[in-house]
Order: sequence, then C-alpha cells, then structure tokens
Amino acid sequence: MALLQLSEPGMSAEPHQHRLAVGIDLGTTNSLVATVRNGISVCLNDADGRAMLPSVVRYLADGGVVVGREAMQAQSIDPRNTITSVKRFMGRGLKDVTHIESTPYDFVDAPGMVRLRTVQGPKSPVEVSAEILKNLRQRAEASLGGELTGAVITVPAYFDDAQRQATKDAAGLAGLNVLRLLNEPTAAAIAYGLDNAAEGVYAVYDLGGGTFDISILRLTRGVFEVLATNGDAALGGDDFDHRLFCWSLDQARIQPPSAQDLRRLLARSREAKELLSHASEAPIVCKLGSGEEVNLTVGRDEFASITDNLVRKTLAPVRKALRDAGLRAEDIKGVVMVGGATRMPHVQKAVADFFGQEPLTNLDPDKVVALGAAKQANALAGNRSADEDWLLLDVIPLSLGLETMGGLAEKVIPRNSTIPVARAQEFTTYKDGQTAMAFHVVQGERELVSDCRSLARFELRGIPPMVAGAARIRVTFQVDADGLLSVAAREMSSGVEASVTVKPSYGLTDDEIAEMLKSGFDHAGDDMGARALREQQVDGERLAEATRHALAADGELLEPAAREKIEGLLGELDAAVAGSDVGKIKQALTALNRGTEDFAAARMDKSIRSALAGQKIDQLEV
Amino acid sequence: MSIDLHKDYFALFELPRSYRIDREALERRYLQLQQQVHPDRHAHLPDAERRRALQWATRVNEGFQTLRRSLARARYLLDLAGVDAALETNTAMSPEFLMEQMEWREAVSEAHQAGDVDELEHLHRRLRSAALTVEDELAVLFDDRPDLDAAAETVRRLMFLEKLDQEIDEALAALES
Repeated sequence: MALLQLSEPGMSAEPHQHRLAVGIDLGTTNSLVATVRNGISVCLNDADGRAMLPSVVRYLADGGVVVGREAMQAQSIDPRNTITSVKRFMGRGLKDVTHIESTPYDFVDAPGMVRLRTVQGPKSPVEVSAEILKNLRQRAEASLGGELTGAVITVPAYFDDAQRQATKDAAGLAGLNVLRLLNEPTAAAIAYGLDNAAEGVYAVYDLGGGTFDISILRLTRGVFEVLATNGDAALGGDDFDHRLFCWSLDQARIQPPSAQDLRRLLARSREAKELLSHASEAPIVCKLGSGEEVNLTVGRDEFASITDNLVRKTLAPVRKALRDAGLRAEDIKGVVMVGGATRMPHVQKAVADFFGQEPLTNLDPDKVVALGAAKQANALAGNRSADEDWLLLDVIPLSLGLETMGGLAEKVIPRNSTIPVARAQEFTTYKDGQTAMAFHVVQGERELVSDCRSLARFELRGIPPMVAGAARIRVTFQVDADGLLSVAAREMSSGVEASVTVKPSYGLTDDEIAEMLKSGFDHAGDDMGARALREQQVDGERLAEATRHALAADGELLEPAAREKIEGLLGELDAAVAGSDVGKIKQALTALNRGTEDFAAARMDKSIRSALAGQKIDQLEV
Repeated sequence: MSIDLHKDYFALFELPRSYRIDREALERRYLQLQQQVHPDRHAHLPDAERRRALQWATRVNEGFQTLRRSLARARYLLDLAGVDAALETNTAMSPEFLMEQMEWREAVSEAHQAGDVDELEHLHRRLRSAALTVEDELAVLFDDRPDLDAAAETVRRLMFLEKLDQEIDEALAALES
C-alpha cells in the first residue's frame, strides 16, 4: 500500500479516484452484495434482477459447482451434495453442531473444523462459503466493471475468533481483499442511522437464519458507539423451521424419515413459517418416499406456542447487553429489526412488549446489513466524501484472557471493551530457577478454561534463573480495530520477549489455505500469475507516487541523510515496477515501506496535532 | 517516540485534574479525539501510519475508560499523586465495614439460590446508592479537603462495593441463562 498524501484525516487523498469496494452480507440462508454509488448504498442484483443469493452450494459429479437458486432447487433430489446453512458449521467442530441428526450431510470430524463429504470429496465449510463469496464477487465485478479493491464482510457480533477467522479464510479463497469483518447489527445501525440522521441510544435486534445478536448503540453526531453486544451464535430462523418440522413428525406420527424426506418436510415447514407471517394458518403437505402422506394445517397461535421458548431464549442476551451497557429497556429510543426471522409476528410482539415500543421496520430487514456494510467499505477504501463524516466505535463481543493455575481463565480484556484496546497484566514464576513460562490465550465468559475457546499458546523462554516469585513478566494484549488480538510477554529485568499474533486453533492452517487456493485456481483457470504481477505493479506505483507526495509536503521532517536513503529506495522501487519480477517488486515495496516507517510516524503525529490545533498541542506529546 | 501510557489523561481530555468531572465535556472530547485518530479514518494509508493511529486510538480509549468510571478515575488520581494505595495487599478494613460486606454477600447468595431476580435487582439499586455515598466522600477527599491517605482507604472500600456489584451481575446473568 501507499504512503498517501495526508489531507484531512479520513478523507480520500485523491477524491477523483474511486476505488471499487463492496459490502457483503454472508448469511446463513441468503447472501447479498452492495456498494455505494453516488453516495447512496445499493444492493447489486443478479442477471435476473434479484438481490438475494440463496446461500446454497451444490457439488456436481462432473466437478462443477452450482451456487444459489439453482442449487436450492436441487436440495431434495441431491441432499448430500447440496449444502445449505453452511454458516452454522464455520469454525466449528463436530461436537459444536446443533441438530446434527436433522441435517442430511455426511460429516467428517477433521481436526479443528468439520468437513462435509460430497461427490467431490470432503469439503470444509470455508470452501463452501468461498463458493458463495466468489459468486458475489463475480456479480459485483461484472456490475461495477472492474476488479474490487476490497470488501467488508459481515459476521454475527457474537461470532468468536475461530468463526471470524474461518470467514476471513473463505474470503481469501474467493479472491477478496477483506477491508474489515463488520458485526451485522453494527452494519444495520450504520445503514439505519445514516439514512435517518438518528441520535440517541438504539437497540438492534438481529435474528438471522442461524444466529441471534443484540447490540446497544449510542449515535452522537455521526459517531456510532457500540455500548454492548450479546447473542447466541447457534439460534436463528432455522430453529423455528426445525421446531415446526418436529411438530409435523409428531402430529403425522411418522418415523424419522430418509435424507430426501427430511429435506422435503423441512422445506415445507419453512414455507409454512413464512406464510404464517401474513396468514393465520398454513398447510404442510408432503408426500414421503414410502408413499405415506403428511397433510397438516398449522395455525399462527399453534406455531407461536411451539416456538415460544425460542423467542424467550433471545431475551436473555438482550437483558445481559442492557446490563453491560448500564441501561434499562426504557432508555432505548428505538429498536431496529434485522434479519428475515424478525418478520414473524410473535417475534415482533415479544420485542415490542419487552421494550415497551413498536420496533422499527422501515428498512428491509433482509438488505439492511449489506447496505450498511457497503457504507463502511466505501469509507475504509478511502472514498468518503466530505459530508460522510461518520465513525464507528465497536467492541469485542467476548472476553479475552489467559489460563492460570488450576485450569482457570483470568480475564485480561473484558467483553464489550471498545477497540482498539491494550491491556497489560503482570505474572511471576512459581518455581525457583524457572526459565520458561507457557501462556494459553482463551476467549469466553466461563471460569474454567475447558469451557472457553482456546485461541493460541506460546512460550516465553530465557527468563534468568531467580527465586520463585521474583521475575516480573508483563503480558500485553492488544486488540486492533479489526478485533484481531496479538499478545506479547516480556520479562522486565532481562528484557527477554516473546509474542504471538493470534490465529485460532480452529482456523485452517496457512498450508491448507494455500492448497485450496491452488486447486481452486486450477479449476477456475484463472491466470493467477498475471493477476499477481498486475496487483504488485499497481501497489508499487501507488507507493512511489505517495512517497514523492510525502517528500514534497513534509520533506523538512527529514535529516538530509534520511532523505537520501528514502530516495535511493524509491529509485529501486521504480526500477522493479518497470520489470516483471513479482518477487523483486514485493522486495522493493517492503524495503521502501520499512525505510519510511519513522517518516510516516512523524507525519502522522504532525497531522493529528494540526487536526487538533487550537487545542494545547504541547500537552499531546507522545 | 513511543506513547507514554502514563501521560496525563486529564490533559489529553482538556479537563482539570480533579475527582469531580464534567461528564459531558469528557464524552464530547472523546468523540472529537476518536474522530481524528481512529484507525478507520486512516485505513487507506500504509502500515506505518495505521500503526501510529492504532496507538493513538488505544490511548484515547484507555484514557476515556479511566476517567469516566469513578473507581478507575480515583485510582488514577492516586497514581498521579504517587500514592501507593496498596490496593491488592492492604485489606485491613474496619470491622463494621467488613461485617456489612458479609451481610451484603449473604443477601446476594440467598437471593441467587432462591432464584429471586427482583431481590437481586433491589440489592443492585441499594448497592448503587451506597456506592454513591462513597463517591461523594471521595469528591471531598480529593477536591475539597485533600487527604490522599484517607482517599486511598475510601478507594479500597469502593473496590469492595464494585466487586459486590459484579457478583450481583453474575448472579443475574446465571439466572437468565
């Protein structure tokens, strides 16, 4: 990337240069892609004019892959090779998957994450999701007429690190540059808040196909401040279908059906659920493989009563989020409803009763997340215009901590801390002459490490031998604006250090990703080499241009020798870009990036200080 | 050129160094600072600038969290004044205070076991008002008749109350799930 001209912070340095960026809502049931056009967020439609892409992937015996509506239509004839609701399996081991008995898949319990056995061999949920993302990327590139600079992809706020990493990996496989993983309710709040110029404290109630999130946000003069978030990463509209499906089996007094029958009956249950949002009763009619026929009618009240405990299950996280925010239901100015499942009348009623007000449904609950993500993508790509002066302050959904003696988890950064955040804690040795210490980084709210999710392990070695309790080991957690954690440990007297950037054990290894990428490109026939060269050349040109800008604008911050060094590196980069050796360009890019590090920091400080001008600058010394 | 995390947050937020705080001014300044320094405002810039923005934004968040909470702010004031409050080791409290704590604790645990959400919420409100009284004392000890040793002891009492507050929260959370 480039050392761009620093103008007003947050504004594009080159306003005429529009970078193609999209927001993607990668949903359990449906996925969408949106972009900002002339300052307005719009969903991009497929060739048939439809915005929603069913999140369904079918693997064919001939090696082909079908995504979307066509795949969905095949689900009862080819259930095992037609994957739906794959988001439920992202970053999950076999034991974490709920209702496994009513899915038609042949699971393989691979280390870290489940795989699904298909006619094309075992597929990771990451690969399946990548097919959906690839389809949306192609749609966007065709519609926008060029390659995408990057994408913001939304995830449930309550997704843990493993699920987030899996989503990021899927995007990488689909050839997308991820600008940010954005929490779904936050994306919805951005779309709603910017469209309505809202101020005050809002709740976003987001019941999707497979996940439930609640976020409490304060909107003040263009700042979206997430106060608290909570949820259930395994509760969604699918569970309502499943409840109705079980009710049907029970009413029709039939045995657990075959995979095909199961799919048919589940599909009929879903249709009945959707119908009940408008009608007072709905039929569930289905002919089974055995010749038996299911012929039932379900009423709205019956449906409400068999799913009442699911609705109530969403209210516990709502209470927790309010408590974490230090607020009561009556402090909430408006409740934004997100996700197709919030169309169910009894869900709307429960939310209205809880908050004592009718929820806001003036934005399409299916599209609002993608529309908000597009706005964030536009801003992060550097396209924002002067009147788009807004900012998002998000939080981490789950506490981060370390394992201590006895298998207990000690929280270092509590949930709902605003990011970026850093926190340090001191530990000591417990044995005389101890020279190494092991750290286990975990995520979650439970007291026992075994109930939390393991994120990473690392060791600090070379501690000078001392008596027990004499060493002072400072462990620092830093979470960046992406919500990604890095942990460093340092023994204070000797200065020995160790650190780790957390890549959760549930994600895929880099080798696995590389392998998938390779096979993916082999199949698609994309010319990876040419694409990589073009990308490097563009990056190189950008950095060179920006460095020249920077030297012209702030050259006085540099000593003559330092300037000369930067100019030398600049010349090398120019030469490399003119050639066609990707490795050489990369090398020259890295060298110039490193060589301008101090210069960049000095310019950043200067820029922030002058932006804060009029205030006592000398007190802002860093 | 590294950021000194012990640099005075009051100066950063343009507030006088005192226990009583203009909450509105603090929040206004917080949003204003984040508008300038947040990494998202610099996301299209190269790594070095983004790292710098990250350091700035982290520091602004830390400062805000420190100043906006009474206990954190009081501890920070002691820290700035060079008073070692010995918060972790010095637990010598008056017998009356300790007795009171035990009574609170029993009430919380009884309500928890009985699954009495209303009682827990009632305890929550009572605790909040008890904490407010302690916070008023702190305002006097820091701002009106400065006595840092007495302030340090009062801070220790506030820590007990905060711990209790957490226990009630946890009990409520446990009953809900």
